[in-house]
Amino acid sequence: MSWQGQILRVNLTKGTAVAEPLNMEWANAYIGERGLGTKYLMENMDPKADAMGPDNVLIFATGPLNGTMASTSGRYAVICKSPLTNGIGDSNSGGKFGAFLKYAGYDLLLVEGRAKEPVYLHINDDSVEILPADELWGQTVWNTEEWIKTKHQNPQLRIASIGQAGENGVLFSAVVNDLHRAAGRCGVGAVMGSKNLKAVAAYGTKGVTVDDPKKFMAIIKETHAKLAESGGRQELTEGGTHPMIDMMQEWGGLPTNNFKEVQFKGIDGVNPAATTTPNKNGHTNLITNKACFGCTIACGRISHIDPEHFTIKNRPEYMHASGGLEYETAYAFGPVVGVDDVDALTFANFLMNEHGMDPISFGVTLAAAMELYEMGVLTKEQTDGIELTFGNAEALTVMAEKTGKGEGFGKELALGSKRLTAKYGHPDLFMGVRGMEFAGYDSRALQGMGLGYATSNRGACHLKHDVFGPDMEDVSGKGKAQPVKESQDMVSMIDSTGLCLFTTAGWGPEDFVAQLDAALPGEWTLERCVESGERTWTLERMFNQGAGQTGADDTLPKRMLEEPAPSGNAEGKVNELSVMLPEYYKLRGWTEDGKPSNETLARLGL
Amino acid sequence: MQKSLLIDADKCTSCLQCEMACSFEHEGTFNPARSRIKIFEFEHGKRSVPYTCTQCAEAWCLHACPVEALVRNKETGAVEVKDDICVGCKVCTIACPFGTVNYNPDTGKVIKCDLCGGDPQCAEACPTDAIVYVDAAWTGLDRMQQWAASTDNKPMANA
Repeated sequence: MSWQGQILRVNLTKGTAVAEPLNMEWANAYIGERGLGTKYLMENMDPKADAMGPDNVLIFATGPLNGTMASTSGRYAVICKSPLTNGIGDSNSGGKFGAFLKYAGYDLLLVEGRAKEPVYLHINDDSVEILPADELWGQTVWNTEEWIKTKHQNPQLRIASIGQAGENGVLFSAVVNDLHRAAGRCGVGAVMGSKNLKAVAAYGTKGVTVDDPKKFMAIIKETHAKLAESGGRQELTEGGTHPMIDMMQEWGGLPTNNFKEVQFKGIDGVNPAATTTPNKNGHTNLITNKACFGCTIACGRISHIDPEHFTIKNRPEYMHASGGLEYETAYAFGPVVGVDDVDALTFANFLMNEHGMDPISFGVTLAAAMELYEMGVLTKEQTDGIELTFGNAEALTVMAEKTGKGEGFGKELALGSKRLTAKYGHPDLFMGVRGMEFAGYDSRALQGMGLGYATSNRGACHLKHDVFGPDMEDVSGKGKAQPVKESQDMVSMIDSTGLCLFTTAGWGPEDFVAQLDAALPGEWTLERCVESGERTWTLERMFNQGAGQTGADDTLPKRMLEEPAPSGNAEGKVNELSVMLPEYYKLRGWTEDGKPSNETLARLGL
Repeated sequence: MQKSLLIDADKCTSCLQCEMACSFEHEGTFNPARSRIKIFEFEHGKRSVPYTCTQCAEAWCLHACPVEALVRNKETGAVEVKDDICVGCKVCTIACPFGTVNYNPDTGKVIKCDLCGGDPQCAEACPTDAIVYVDAAWTGLDRMQQWAASTDNKPMANA
């Protein structure tokens, strides 16, 4: 079977690292990764515990298809209680770390407690060491990876670490692996920092074996071909996710200036064409594309900044290639803060990876601060002498660096938009749900997306449902509850396999199931897998309820519910959440106030 | 016709499908640590380079082996390791100027690319044709053709 059959439990308070058998009953009920990690979280902590305290549990979870030849087999999830939302934190990442954690022999790494001094974890097959990280504390993600590889004379180590942001408790800190892939959302990096855990380095020689190799290889051949031939896959290879920005601009769903607008005048400075057209110095931003582990799509962008650009002119250490812009980063450093300078966006992205932060939450928090500044609530004295106006590229890059390093006004931005806007008396300017900031889609122009945001267990996230089709058929709440509910369960299932959601560019649900069925013992049917997805969704909901959330948290900001979209396809419209939400609860088998009913819990074995 | 692996690093995305396919063929498990082909990344992934044995005609490894455990496969041209003869002395790993023969501590034998007996699985698995298996006499054909095409010296329209 494609499980290693054991997990690694590390207790940083006690300084112990012990392997224990994988709970196969849970693996069979939750598939793996997101679902299994959530189950382990639920069974190992009280949801009421302080997210930044030693009783929070930090889980790195792989899935049954990780490390196999299934396309995109490198994704892993970081799961814990989120300090940003005080609910379930669930953030997944690509790169190569996840596969190598599994090759070392561990399906899941569970970190408890808090180390007295900074430490890092070095995993090489059966050898697991908790080592001092005092020399690494204060270092960037990039320096940390290099230092650990050099120290252990092993360039093949794969490393997941935090930068200064995670050390300083920036509430939207990321865990970054392989230099520029990140478990970006929910502040999972802040939790890692709260445990004094700087990095996890893994290398393994154990390999992954599937249950029925012959059948598995035959299926892989078909699924690889199917993905290769799909138009959606070809578009992702060619442009990554970035082209979505032109689509959203045209549709009128591109959040601009803290969601005051839905179309961006400076689009030509931040779209894919801006990355492929030489600038006045003849410099072209985009260099090439790059894959994560096992991925036959390769949507990742590799870019470099014009050495003459104001951001790096006197900083040669940034004159190299690194991870470039995808849609969400382009949105969060571009339209939502009104900046139209592609190299400034790229530099902000480098800073996010280097210091370990979520670009979406940072950008949307900065956007709220800019709105407060333009209202006169914040003054230049409070913002370190920087004009915090929409469109100021210098404000973007300077504040990104200050936030990462914990300097000046960066310490305020570190709170995230919800706490920042509340602190300055304007909580309505927080653009997000449950404390987590919106991704780059406006809920008025994409109504089902709005319902997805409002009900997403981890807060305003665009990746936990998939309703672009219905949303672009009509701009209303009608008929959106069902595709939101169904796609949420489907995405939960896909996230739990260990594969990447982007494979849906070419694959249907049956393709995931066929690969699972060949890799694992027992019979895996579509029905079983989708039910498992629903179980995971409901378990996440129960975690949130245990943490104190209620149906009242399933809501959107006033701006989405009361201020009509100023232009585009949704001009004059607001989000129809009050129509969709009761229908959604009913479809889920939840009570009117949003609690899973006893019958629903019993049906799912919860 | 003898064939060779032809590697074009510009096309490599560093997905490691080749490493998994190689280890699966030889070990029955997906295990990049035991792959005979390796991908190396430079400058945050700006360049990814697949690297493996080129099957030298005068193979240093073969000449260095004291027990004649390295044998040329006449059909494929590959230098193969005879596991039942190899004593794990590792002299071949020192002799190879390219580092493409390596010791496997699990078995006590050395491992190297054997072209999978003429059906190299790395080339089969590569999604971008960064690794292809072609006529050994004409590995430069594509590049020659590209340069040949560049000899078009007619004045450019609208120049």
